[in-house]
This record gives sequence, C-alpha cells and structure tokens, in this order.
Amino acid sequence: MDNLINLEKKINSELTTKINSSKIKHNQIYLTIDSNDITDVILFLKTNDHAKFKQLIDITAVDYPEKDHRFKMVYLLLSHEFNTRVLIEFYISESEKIPSITKIYPSANWMEREVFDMYGVNFQNHPDLRRILTDYGFEGHPLRKDFPITGHNEVRYSEEAKKVVYEPVKLEQNYRNFDYESPWEGTKYIKNQTKK
Amino acid sequence: MSKQTKTLNLNFGPQHPAAHGVLRLILELDGEVVEKADPHIGLLHRGTEKLIENKTYTQAVPYFDRLDYVAPMNQEHAFALAIEKILKIEVPIRAQFIRVMFCEIGRILSHILNITTQALDVGALTPSLWGFEERETLMTFYERVSGSRLHANYFRAGGVHQDMPRGLDADIFEFIKKFPNIINDLENLLTENRIFKQRNVDIGVVSKQDALDYSFSGVMLRGSNVPWDLRKSQPYDCYDQMEFKIPIGKNGDCYDRYLCRVEEMRESVKIIDQCLQKMPKGPIKSMDGKISPPPKKELKESMEALIHHFKLFTEGYRVDKDEIYTAVEAPKGEFGVYLISDGSSRPYKCKIRAPGFSHLQAMDYLIKGHMLADVPAVLGSLDIVFGEIDR
Repeated sequence: MDNLINLEKKINSELTTKINSSKIKHNQIYLTIDSNDITDVILFLKTNDHAKFKQLIDITAVDYPEKDHRFKMVYLLLSHEFNTRVLIEFYISESEKIPSITKIYPSANWMEREVFDMYGVNFQNHPDLRRILTDYGFEGHPLRKDFPITGHNEVRYSEEAKKVVYEPVKLEQNYRNFDYESPWEGTKYIKNQTKK
Repeated sequence: MSKQTKTLNLNFGPQHPAAHGVLRLILELDGEVVEKADPHIGLLHRGTEKLIENKTYTQAVPYFDRLDYVAPMNQEHAFALAIEKILKIEVPIRAQFIRVMFCEIGRILSHILNITTQALDVGALTPSLWGFEERETLMTFYERVSGSRLHANYFRAGGVHQDMPRGLDADIFEFIKKFPNIINDLENLLTENRIFKQRNVDIGVVSKQDALDYSFSGVMLRGSNVPWDLRKSQPYDCYDQMEFKIPIGKNGDCYDRYLCRVEEMRESVKIIDQCLQKMPKGPIKSMDGKISPPPKKELKESMEALIHHFKLFTEGYRVDKDEIYTAVEAPKGEFGVYLISDGSSRPYKCKIRAPGFSHLQAMDYLIKGHMLADVPAVLGSLDIVFGEIDR
C-alpha cells in the first residue's frame, strides 16, 4: 500500500499538468487524463524507473450515450517489478480520434482493433485498423448502448439459394426487459410520467 | 539475373483439426516457409459482454463457463471476486478452499487437454487417449459438485452454490494419490521422445522482452523465464495459505512451455491435497440474506427468507456504483474482469480480458520464418481456446 501511495505521488509530481485526478482504490491507481496526453503518460509509465509498467493488460471503452463526451477509454497496465496495476481513463467524443499506442506496446494492436470494432472509436496511426470480432461486412458497433441486443441481421442456410443468406431479425416474441424495481419505490415508467 | 519468387497464400481453417477451434489463418508462404500469418478470429463471437450487460449478476455467471470451456470455474472465480471486492463480502473459509480446489482441478483439466492435443498435433496419438480418461474423472467431480460436467455455474459472489456432496473429498483424494503416476506415464511418452523433441525444441521461441511486449501471461510468460504468477504475487482467496512452486522455463520455446505445464499439474496436485487436508467444516456461502439465497427449508417458515428469495431471483442483488479490475491466474494466463457497476442489479459494463487473445495476436511474430508444419506445433503450445478469444 505504501509503495502505491509513493508511486501516486511520484506520478503526480512528474506529470503534474497531465494528470487531471488520481486516486487509489482496490489496490490500484486510477488516473484521469486528457485524451491527447495518452502517449506521453503511457510512455512515462512504461519507461520510468519507479513505475516500470512493462505490460499492457487491456484497452477498452465504456459507452455513456447521454454524455457529450460519449466514450470513456480505459487502459490497464501492469508492473511486474513493483507488482502494481494502474488504470488510465479519459473521455472522448464520438468523432474524436485518439493516438494509437501500438508503437509503445505491440499488443495494443488487436485491443485497439477490438475497441474500434465494438465502439467505433478511431485510432490515429494504427497499422491495421480492421474489424476483428464481428462478421465480415458487419455494420454497426455492437457494444454501444444504442445497439439492440438482438442485432439487426440473422443468418440461415437457404435451400433455394444453396448458400447462407442474411435476413432482418424476425423474432416470435420481442425481447422482454423487465423493470424489477419494487412498485412502492416507483417504477421507471411512473417516475418518468410524474416528472413531466 | 535476379530470381523471381512468388509467395503462396494458404487458407488454414476455419475448420481445421489442428486449429483448436474456429481459427482462420491466412498464411503467406515462400515455399514451405511462413512469411506472414494473419489470424482471422471472431467466428465464435457470441457477444458475451453485451449479454452480460443485460443480465443480473447471478444470471451472468454461466456466460463465464462458456468462455474457456475447458476450465470453466477459473473464470467464474474472477467474476465472483470482482463483485465481492465491490460489495466487500467476506467469503467463508470453507468456500474459499472449495473454490481454490476446483480451480486447480480446472487447471489440470486444461493442461491435460493442452499437452495431449499438442502431442496429437505433432503426431502422437496415445497421450490424448490416456489423458482424456483422466479428464473424464475430473469432470465427474465437476458434475458431482455442480450438476454438470462442463458448464458448472457453481461459484457465486460470496461463496459457492452448494456444499460438496458426501464422499466427494475422499474420491478426489484417491484421484490425486494416483494422478502423479499418470503424469509420469504421459511424460514417459513425451518428454524424452525424439520426435516430440524435434518438433518442439527451439520452435516458437519467445524472448523475455517480447513476452512482456506482447502482453503474454501465464505459461507463455513463465516459459520465457519471467517468474510471475498471480496466485503468488497477488494472492486471492486462500492461495496465500498454500505451499506450491512456480515452474519457470529457460528458453521460451514450445518444449519449455510443455515442461512448465507438466510441472504445474504436479503443483496443482499438491494444492488440491493441501485444500483437502485443511478444509474446515462450515458455511459455504455468505450468510448475508441480501446476497445469498436462503436454504429451501426456510422458505416454508420464514417470511423474510421468502422475500429475500423472491427479490434475489427476480431483481437480483444490487451492486454499488464502482469500477474495478480483478484478475485470476487461469490455466492459460491472466484472466481479468473489468467491471463497472452503476448501483443497479445489472453490470453497466463487463470487459473480459482473455489471455488467449493476446497470445494469438503474437502468432505472426511467433511463426515468421518457421516451416508450415510448425504452425500446429506453435498453435498447440499457445494453448488457445476460441470460447475465450472470441467471447
């Protein structure tokens, strides 16, 4: 725990203006930064002798459709030497492009591709920004909150066409999303009515 | 006069027995030498993360079984730990031992499968026949404790679903007494086998630096001489009370990774043995009625139990607003869950960090300059399972 506090101080004193806020929680350091500082911050954390975050664990995004800066980008790093984890986050808008960190960590390649595929976030200077998990020719970004859980297309083998064909999803029953909030605390639809 | 060479593009998969699942690999060959490999993944993508966002925390557990389906409980463990850390739930000692024991059983399950199929890929049939018999025994243990051989759905936030049935500990004990001999048998077939060594030694060498750069974890990292195991360095549940060693490779080739896995199985046996010795009697899940469902018997008598039961199985328990990353040492490497809760009974976001994803990413780097016949050997030693890579 002590070394975490020291490390947090160290990061704050070295990167002063680049760190918007920092906290220690669940034995990890959480850093909030600006989107254009990501390369500098990550490079510092990787190379600094007191940090040595040699490994990139994951990159992901979180979608908050109601916010102006819709996506929260999250970078997870691990230092084997000091046995610490750091979590870097920043908000970006839908149209914003963020610098790729494939030059710093080669493994960022697929992780950024996945974020691009799932959320539609664009990366600058990425060597090969293609879709990765979804189907060839897929449209939309599935992990966005406004993407329906049932998707848009379904596939089946067509005996006439002798091949697999794509069709719009037809469900016998619509996807049901129950509101479990107890009625005397006020369910969402009643709350919405009373607000108006 | 310059010699003109033309490379050949070869499509490996998506249905290829040595691809260990639905991997499509586009290989660029110069004669028999691989110049470039471009893995196409996602053919088993089921949208697990999206589905979890729409389910309650209890309903999300079975999705974790379907990631790395050869070691299901190890992944449930990561998810359970994440919720427990947010809600600050104390897990009863007995539950911790049960969980650790079944995670080690999962490790043996996964390593047997990997070792024997890797041997199969390079031409040895017998190990897989011997190994699968043992896997079947281990899966019976899974079945007896959870009700199903593969998709256990056994770990819960705050403990496990139910206690072990009577007699299971004795049977597991009997198994681990004879299992080291079975590892010896497998080793007799493989370790000094000339063909197996020719196919694996100095193939797919990963340097220490590259292992770190490519986000390797688990055996892939330890095979390259990096002493790192989350069970030791960031112990969770009762791993800090266990005595075991971390085997480390020297050369970082396929053969060293094979040796690491063999040794890890021996260590797992030791851990299971210690769990059985030390396991106390007692509750197996959190006593908090807001988290764990009440015993069936109480439903008939207690109003409170009935309400808890109803709320837990309709709305589910709520998890405070928080954000956390937890990782466990799954057989294949660091399996992590990045969870964002928003105070409701469903996760706002649940990112699954699968070890195989970054391992497979390095395929191009690993295979460059090797022969086409080495592709299955390298793929085999990466220990990939598409359930977790494609999610």
